[in-house]
Amino acid sequence: MHRTKVRVVEEALDANNTIAAANREDFDRAGVTVVNFMSAPGAGKTTLLERVVTALPGVRVGVLEGDVQGSMDADRLASLHVPVTQINTGSGFGGECHLDANMVRSAIPSLPLHDIDLLIVENVGNLVCPAEFRIGEDVRVMVSAVTEGVDKPLKYPLMYRACELIIVNKIDLLPHVDVDLHHLLYNIDQVHPDVERIVLSARTGEGVEAWREWLGRIAHREGAMTVG
Amino acid sequence: MHELSLSSAIVNTVAKHADGRRVTVVNLRVGRLRQVIPDTLEFYFAFVARDSVCEGARLVQEVIPARLRCRGCDHEWAIEIPAFRCPACAGSDVVIASGDEFEVESIEVEEVACIAPR
Repeated sequence: MHRTKVRVVEEALDANNTIAAANREDFDRAGVTVVNFMSAPGAGKTTLLERVVTALPGVRVGVLEGDVQGSMDADRLASLHVPVTQINTGSGFGGECHLDANMVRSAIPSLPLHDIDLLIVENVGNLVCPAEFRIGEDVRVMVSAVTEGVDKPLKYPLMYRACELIIVNKIDLLPHVDVDLHHLLYNIDQVHPDVERIVLSARTGEGVEAWREWLGRIAHREGAMTVG
Repeated sequence: MHELSLSSAIVNTVAKHADGRRVTVVNLRVGRLRQVIPDTLEFYFAFVARDSVCEGARLVQEVIPARLRCRGCDHEWAIEIPAFRCPACAGSDVVIASGDEFEVESIEVEEVACIAPR
């Protein structure tokens, strides 16, 4: 018996990226724009979707819900008569803390791709792992709630850098927490200079119009690119 | 925490190249920007490697420093904290020159000597 060195030089996440590319092809072929929607647990992703999914004229929205356990979020959105598909990443107790390309791939047959224009994938609440795994999306969006504190961009730069849009939520709570909005925005700019940002409150509705408009824009932007 | 998922990705990548041979060493290049904690990765790797060709393999991690380059003014610099705006021209068109690697560079495997039938 002897030992041999084998040169590999391969990104360890290539396998995931290959499946993500296959997903992207399927979505493109169906003319569906896909948003990978991420945040820490409790930042307000589901509420932000409730606010806009039925208010996008000319855009048929579908939602893919990733959760470790349960269908609470899926039920909330389904009650708005939006097609919702659920992926539970858990088996018993515990489970994957993110969606990967393969999980999304296995959900594709149950997605109504021909009846929607925009698919929003609500990822598992987590600021770490979801940033590592492409799922075949066109754009990545994150929600950063002011209640999480000003230091989160510096602690989770991978996530803040991965996203094309950063939504700063819960600004209605600013008078009640020791958080300086300008300091948070400055830290976001340090980690991801000039990234597009929308500052809003999902609860009061302040700023939500900009989020609705943004979604409408990207649904058309990506859709226009994939026609034909 | 993402080290568990990353460990699975390493084992799957290695298994493809090991071709069934037992792996003794995995040489990994990890960029500083990947937010990987070496000890945690080593712990999960040993766990995920069980019952695979990587069982018992040593994980050697080469940490690659983070360097950025400004496409606006060509300034290149090293960073220790996640500040991505160019310190020379304050521009935002900044690319990562190094530090986002997560790459299996090479593996060492045990070859069973081939005995030609006579």
